[in-house]
Amino acid sequence: MSDTKTITDTRGFGRKLADLDKTAVAPFLALAALFVLGALVNPNFLSIDNLLNVLTRSSFIAIIAIGATFVISAGGLDLSVGSMAALVAGIMILFLNSASIDGDVLMLAAGVAVAIGVGALAGLLNGAVITIGKIEPFIVTLGTMAIFRSVTVWLADGGSIAMKSIAMRNMFRPVYTGVFLGLPIPVWIIIAAGLLGAFILYKTSFGRHVIAVGSNEDVAKYSGIHVNRVRAMTYIIQGICVAIAVVVYVPRLGAATTTTGMLWELQAITAVVIGGTALRGGVGRIWGTICGAFMLEIVGNIMVLSNIVSEYLIGAVQGTIIIIAMLVQRTLQKKK
Amino acid sequence: MSGNQTTRPATVPVLEARGIAKAFGPVEVLTDISLTIMPGEVHAIIGENGAGKSTLMKLLSGHLKPTRGTVAIDGEPVTFAGPVDAEHRGLVLVHQEILLAPDLTVAQNIFMGRELKRGLMVNDREMNRQSAEAVQSLGADIDPTTQISRLSIARRQLVQIARALQVPHRVVIFDEPTASLTPFETEALLKVIRDLRDKGVAILYISHRLPEVGAIADRITVLRDGKLVATREASQLQPVDMARLMVGRDMSKLYPEREDTASRQNVLEVANFNVPGYARDASFNLRKGEILGFAGLIGAGRTELLEGIVGLRTAHGEVKLNGKPVTFHTVRDSMAAGIVYLSEDRKGKGLLLSQDLRTNLTLATLEKFTRGPLIERRREDASLDKAVSDFDIRARRRDLLAGQLSGGNQQKLLLAKMMLLEPSIVIIDEPTRGIDIGTKEQIYKFIADLAKAGKSVIVISSEMQELIGICHRILVMRSARIVGEVTGDAMTEDEIVVYATGVKINEAELYSAGNA
Repeated sequence: MSDTKTITDTRGFGRKLADLDKTAVAPFLALAALFVLGALVNPNFLSIDNLLNVLTRSSFIAIIAIGATFVISAGGLDLSVGSMAALVAGIMILFLNSASIDGDVLMLAAGVAVAIGVGALAGLLNGAVITIGKIEPFIVTLGTMAIFRSVTVWLADGGSIAMKSIAMRNMFRPVYTGVFLGLPIPVWIIIAAGLLGAFILYKTSFGRHVIAVGSNEDVAKYSGIHVNRVRAMTYIIQGICVAIAVVVYVPRLGAATTTTGMLWELQAITAVVIGGTALRGGVGRIWGTICGAFMLEIVGNIMVLSNIVSEYLIGAVQGTIIIIAMLVQRTLQKKK
Repeated sequence: MSGNQTTRPATVPVLEARGIAKAFGPVEVLTDISLTIMPGEVHAIIGENGAGKSTLMKLLSGHLKPTRGTVAIDGEPVTFAGPVDAEHRGLVLVHQEILLAPDLTVAQNIFMGRELKRGLMVNDREMNRQSAEAVQSLGADIDPTTQISRLSIARRQLVQIARALQVPHRVVIFDEPTASLTPFETEALLKVIRDLRDKGVAILYISHRLPEVGAIADRITVLRDGKLVATREASQLQPVDMARLMVGRDMSKLYPEREDTASRQNVLEVANFNVPGYARDASFNLRKGEILGFAGLIGAGRTELLEGIVGLRTAHGEVKLNGKPVTFHTVRDSMAAGIVYLSEDRKGKGLLLSQDLRTNLTLATLEKFTRGPLIERRREDASLDKAVSDFDIRARRRDLLAGQLSGGNQQKLLLAKMMLLEPSIVIIDEPTRGIDIGTKEQIYKFIADLAKAGKSVIVISSEMQELIGICHRILVMRSARIVGEVTGDAMTEDEIVVYATGVKINEAELYSAGNA
């Protein structure tokens, strides 16, 4: 009965290297290829300054996409993140302008807390309607996307919401422009969010449940997993990630406008998908996602640095990349 | 509509398999099968689950290509480009599963992909007329404009047959056509098959319902473990002989020695339990150490009743566990109380096919493998090692995905997963569906051992022999109600069928009708 020897032990490192999932490696190979392309197009591309600059600019999408990795690997979708970012930014700035707390530092800290609270609530709204209402995530978040955007426009009275206090602006700005141990603060935030996201998704039972729900909801249910709770939680995580991205975004311009976060949902989903996460759920790759967000920004950067293709076509190039990425994924999966 | 009726000498087989074999990867599932099907003959293929019946059918109907050997039509070797090619040559397969679009009408389904047109538009009136005729010729009266989703399973099956027979056909292959039919519907179908045969159509009929095969077949071929065991005239083979040939050994050895492990103590008492739409006023009890069977036709409500009890479906009624009233709002509650339910739908509800063995094994009990928020992979791996040896899970490698295991090993993995919950009551739905005979024996022994260890087991099964072989007591459900209980010597197929169908059936009479 105990014929365990027929089973090859796969815990050794050599084995692991040989079995390395090709879909997991592909995004990093693509990134390396972009580096080569960038270097060929313009020698300045590989300069540390340029790369750090690109990395900093990719931070909004990267952080939002970490949340989207949870939603998508649980089999969901969130189209509302761009509008949500605008709404969270608007409310955060309005709160900061209210100056209801003495002391700028305390005020900023409270502002960050408000942003994260609003983000979590917006995510909860999405999650609750999807799970309790049993409505397709696509439809629900299409609806909330319009709602969040419209409320922002209303709050901004059709214009923009700007931080009034110059002192607070100056104090907040380093969150986007500051450097710590040679790396820009937004990059540290990406790293921290990535580590935390990877820990939750790969090392905790909640993360395992996310993958189970995305893999097969019925099996998860029959295994005693609270499917609705897990799914709703992924949308809350998404909301919190949007809020963190906003905290990085607001100090950059000190304002939210009616077009803040426009089309971010598409970029975030693109980053997740080209990062190797399956759109049908059941597979989640946090580092792939971050790599994907970085790639999107690099493509733009290369287009600006070169004169081969007009940078107005950046959307077209990004669109092409997502389709190519899907084709590559499909091919790699077939080979398995 | 009707078959090609050219008369040809009955000595040339219309369809022939010459030493065909099929391997999936390194595993040969079918070895050197040679058989012939003559015009105007019903040739039955019987065999256990996993014997290779369905693979053989797929080879003969162009859905699969043989690894070795050839298929011949009218004595000429052919290679099918695919099922459509086979259909063009007059070979039609009636699938076991219902493959119809539920939202379309009967006529739209019958003509799907070959719609009749008038100019640019589809000719609905003509398709409806022809569909009505086609269905009528099968002895049924179904309005061709009815949506498929509003028909019973049996009627859907008839529509499917009508659709298959819409193309010119010389050989019709029926793959387990009666699996979900009542005896009366079965009889109607057998009549259709006899009519086809009398028109000179060759019929290949796959089933494991032996009396039915005896009634309809002219010749019978028995498959076992991918090999052809025998081809005989039906008149020379009694159902008992068929069973012995199918199993290849004494049937009595398949089941473990029955031991009287059931005590008097009730562990589970269910009273007036209702699962809306599926089960009404169900009352029963389960004793410590008892193996209790649930028999009945498919759709009788057995699965739904027990899913309701463990909290997987909306339900209401009294449930007492060890004498104390309990309510399970979710399946988590019943798991915590020591009751586990193993779904009949292993691939859809039991295991994550796209994940590895370890993930599947610990999915229901992850909290046992965590320290703080962290999953301890080392302990998961140790648990997998133990499960592999305790349950004899045979996997080539540890990192295989659950979907790459055979049906038997999937069932063992599912058992291992649920036993990690350390239950006192185990409910197993269709424990051996799609499982080879060797694994069946292991699973029966495992169930018997559970009872011996003082646990209680509920087995839901459509295989009456299996229930009779392992259970202490069998409850029979019909149309959402528990209608009978059989124990001891009364546990016979005849007795169960009487309760399951609500009629005393004289089998001989039923099956001989029209079999002149």
